[in-house]
Amino acid sequence: MASYITKSPWIIHYDGSSCNGCDIEVLACLTPMYDVERFGIINTGNPKHADIFLVTGSVNEQNIPVVKQIYDQMPNPKVVVAIGICATSGGIFRECYNIVGGVDQVVPVDVFVPGCAARPEAIIDGVVKGLGVLAEKQAALAKGVRDAEVPGAYKYEEAAEETAEAAAEEIAEEAPEAAAEKAAEERKEEEAV
Amino acid sequence: MGILAILILFPLIIALILLAVKKDSARGPIVIVSGIVIGAASIFFAVTNFSGSVKDLWLSGSEVDFGIFSAGGGNAAEILSYVMMVIEAALAVLIIVLGIRHRKYLASILAAAQAIALLWFELAKGHEIKTANYIYIDNFSLIMVLIIGVIGSMICIYAVGYMKDFAHHHEGEPDRRPLFFFLMFLFLAAMFGIVVSNNLIWMYFFWEVTTLCSFFLIGYTRTPEAINNSFRALIMNLLGGCAFVAAIILMGLHPYIESFELSQVLATGVSLHEQGVDEPVFNAIIGLLAFAGITKAAQMPFNSWLLGAMVAPTPVSALLHSSTMVKAGVFLIVKLSPALGIQGLFHIGPGFMVILVGSVTFLFASLAALSQSNAKRVLAYSTVANLGLITACAGIGTAEAVWCAVMLIIFHAVTKSLLFLCVGTAEHNIGSRDIEDMDGLFGRMPRLATFMIVGIAGMFLAPFGMLISKWAALQAFVDTGNIWALLAVVFGSAVTLFYWTKWLGKLSAIVANRQDIEQGVRKEEWAVTGCLTALTIVVAITFPFFSNGLVVPYLGAAFSSVAEKTFVVLQTDNMIIMMIMVVLIIVLALLLYGRTGKRLLPLYMSGVNEGDDLTYLGSMQKDVPVSLRNWYFEDMFPEKSMNRIGLIVTCAVFALVFSYMISSMVGLYDYFVQTGGAA
Amino acid sequence: MFNFYGDDISAFQIISLILYVVLAPFAGGLIAGIDRKVTARMQGRVGPPVLQPFYDVGKLLQKEAVTVGRGAQDFYVMCCLIFMIIAGAFFFFGFNLLMVVFTLTTASIFLVVAGYSSNSPYAQIGAERELLQMMSYEPMVLLTAVGLFMVNGSFNVENIIGNEVFSLKFLPGIFIGYLFIITIKLRKSPFDLSMSHHAHQELVKGLTTEFSGKTLAALEISHWYENIFLLGFIFLFFANGTWYMAVIGIAAVVVCYFLEILIDNGYARMKWQFTLKSAWIMTLIFGGANIFVLYYLRGYLWLAA
Repeated sequence: MASYITKSPWIIHYDGSSCNGCDIEVLACLTPMYDVERFGIINTGNPKHADIFLVTGSVNEQNIPVVKQIYDQMPNPKVVVAIGICATSGGIFRECYNIVGGVDQVVPVDVFVPGCAARPEAIIDGVVKGLGVLAEKQAALAKGVRDAEVPGAYKYEEAAEETAEAAAEEIAEEAPEAAAEKAAEERKEEEAV
Repeated sequence: MGILAILILFPLIIALILLAVKKDSARGPIVIVSGIVIGAASIFFAVTNFSGSVKDLWLSGSEVDFGIFSAGGGNAAEILSYVMMVIEAALAVLIIVLGIRHRKYLASILAAAQAIALLWFELAKGHEIKTANYIYIDNFSLIMVLIIGVIGSMICIYAVGYMKDFAHHHEGEPDRRPLFFFLMFLFLAAMFGIVVSNNLIWMYFFWEVTTLCSFFLIGYTRTPEAINNSFRALIMNLLGGCAFVAAIILMGLHPYIESFELSQVLATGVSLHEQGVDEPVFNAIIGLLAFAGITKAAQMPFNSWLLGAMVAPTPVSALLHSSTMVKAGVFLIVKLSPALGIQGLFHIGPGFMVILVGSVTFLFASLAALSQSNAKRVLAYSTVANLGLITACAGIGTAEAVWCAVMLIIFHAVTKSLLFLCVGTAEHNIGSRDIEDMDGLFGRMPRLATFMIVGIAGMFLAPFGMLISKWAALQAFVDTGNIWALLAVVFGSAVTLFYWTKWLGKLSAIVANRQDIEQGVRKEEWAVTGCLTALTIVVAITFPFFSNGLVVPYLGAAFSSVAEKTFVVLQTDNMIIMMIMVVLIIVLALLLYGRTGKRLLPLYMSGVNEGDDLTYLGSMQKDVPVSLRNWYFEDMFPEKSMNRIGLIVTCAVFALVFSYMISSMVGLYDYFVQTGGAA
Repeated sequence: MFNFYGDDISAFQIISLILYVVLAPFAGGLIAGIDRKVTARMQGRVGPPVLQPFYDVGKLLQKEAVTVGRGAQDFYVMCCLIFMIIAGAFFFFGFNLLMVVFTLTTASIFLVVAGYSSNSPYAQIGAERELLQMMSYEPMVLLTAVGLFMVNGSFNVENIIGNEVFSLKFLPGIFIGYLFIITIKLRKSPFDLSMSHHAHQELVKGLTTEFSGKTLAALEISHWYENIFLLGFIFLFFANGTWYMAVIGIAAVVVCYFLEILIDNGYARMKWQFTLKSAWIMTLIFGGANIFVLYYLRGYLWLAA
């Protein structure tokens, strides 16, 4: 059976702690100028209908469970696309006391779209890249393999506490060389995209 | 004596026994056994007297030996009439005394007026008029006997368990259960009396007995509210009683009729109708009788007594709404239907009055039900509305419309009693009769919720019975060009849809983590509600047989102009398809419901569901319980205004019709005087 | 062809029934696709491919099966689909129009109960709004059936199509009223209260919020079935048994649907009060007045029929 998922990717868009720059660009994609409906893309706003999870902005202490829950409520196969530099790494908010980091700290991210703000072309490009991942996952699902469940789903408070502790430790322990290493890793990831 | 006497006398004797029995342990078995006996007797009676064809039992002379009721023992029947008269006078005195004691002087005045008028008339002129047939039974009476005998006695059985709980909830108050059961069984006896009487004076006697029974039952708890409401019911029904008495007097004075026999009135009416004659005095008789029926059937502007009757224990409501009291009202109107006179969109007459009052009541009672969250009030308004539809159908007076009316009576009796009893059980187990508190009843009381869902579906959903009747009613309104009624039905059924479905939705919601609390429900309650649920489904599936076997022959007899064979309300294939659809729904439910192999997810609550589907994380980082409430349109369709509009319109109709009748009667009088003078 | 309780059943009836059951989802999906394309063009966009609705449903069928509660909603949605097909089948088989309307209502009630059964806040509000929409359009749908009956002397679709009367001539008011409420039924702005298909709204996806995968696909397909026979009602106003009126009828269906798309794009969503009031007022003014006129004309009409 042919896979229709690449022809009809429905989206849910979540604003983590974005400055709204990327959000405006995401919405710009829907306008006649960029018209993503050409690709069958619909902004559903409902995880239960969605195939692609667009996250803008970095993740903070309070919305960790929210992001996790939205992710978990999406039926498989599903893809997460981090839009903008904040969503990929935390961006300029990275050092803030309340920021955990990029979305990948909370849910597995499939595509990173850097930029501040990410341009609509880049966002569309990222989503279209996500379609490839979606098709792979669809094929895997047909064989009975489901996306890895997020560990500790539904124990949001515990998870939040753990992450918060880990983050606090990280901040306390982070030596300059470790920070450099991490930055290098991030660059690598961005290049990968 | 025959089984008929058993139907009337047996409940009466049981009633008297129950008045004497004070012990709980003895009362239960007596009620259950006698309930079963009454039910079985009425089924036996219906089956033996119903041969599938037109069958009228004129209980006269040598044909059937019914002992004292037959003309051979005519003296006995006359003696019985005198006994009734004495009892009537005693009851009138009772009402007068009670009215004075509770300072409800209007009740006393009305009771005194009608008792004096009737006694005077009977003694002065009435005894000269001979009655050939005191009792008349046709298929419609048989249907009513079945409804009263089967459903009425089931409600009595249900009441055994219910009243134990009721006494438990009202500890410290005097236990009046002997009186309660006395009244319930007396009610049944009187109802049997109404539906088999042919002599209107007898019918009036039974009619007054039901009025009094309902008065005492509504006032059962003796709280100020209950007493108030019981007097309201009494006064409104006495108004109807006055109209009844006036009709009887006019009948006695009427030159062609000069009889108290209903069959005589109907025959006269049909022949007048066929000649196309509008006879003012006759119209007045029919109009007055119809008015009496309208008060008893709780049509607007008299619907408030039925709403007020909600203060009584639930079995009383079930009895009043489904098988007795209001059904007596529509019984009389449906009976009168062939004699309602010339029809026309603007032709003022009894038919005009009945159609308009019925359809206005249907529309505005439905609208009033929109804003109700109290389950019993929703049921009450729905009863009023459905009775309105029955009344409007009867008012049209064609065989097709009366078919709808009779079918509606059957379906409504079964379904409404089921719903009332379910609400009663729910109330005793969840402590509320509010629909909002029935949130996710499916989780707490799965069986009861299923019963209720069946009942609600039976009330308004295709392919169940009520809807089929509504469909036929619509067709009948169109056929006869009754556009007022048509518009009322069209809008009213849209509204009906809304208030039933939102209740249905509340019941069927699956709320997480609900404890099953069904163990506390009494066995009698399960038995009765279970039987009624089964009956609702069975009636929905087998209604073509009811229709062809019972209703169509009755119509063939009542409407002489209707040839039985050509009479088609709904084509048989349509009915068969409806039956198949009922079966389909049941099969689908059994096959598919509640079986899922799917992965279960928590509800979407913007990502802040706490995981239990019952709370979410609020903005102040606090858990907030989820609470979902229904839509009640208090601003758009406030209950009070709906009632007020209904009241104004129906009162205007009454005023118009009766002033027209009086003026035409006066005109007729002048005509006689003038022609007499000229001659 | 053969006899069913006194009704002769023609081969034509059976063929149209089978064609409906098999083809209606394709036609319905195609109409939905054209709708989206035209909408996009009206907004100056390119829009999705015409076959997009089929891709959507295909995808939904392939997605992982998830549900909420105890899966009760899946049962109700399945019932909704089955009864929607049955309602349309009655229509194309030429049965009683009132039966079609009542079965359609039953199907819609199943949908509403599906929304309620999830006990989800968004779904429940959506369900109630859906119910409000039903309350708004139901009187006019019934009056449409009644009007067609008064003109053609029969409730049977078969007879209405076969009858020589050009119904629209006598039913202009009813036709306008029906066009008005079909906007609600087709879930177009300004009345798309319960499950907006436009960019997401305050109710997320309203009634359908908790449906996903196959359940949502079933609902989508039931909409396609529904839309086909709702448009069939428009055809009835034109049909008089001749081929050229049949062609005109189909053309009228196309024009009316285009009009609906235009209205959809021309209006923002209004409050629920507007839906109820406007629908009832239109029903009373256009439907009611038309029925009254017909009442006085009916002697003449019944002779014609």
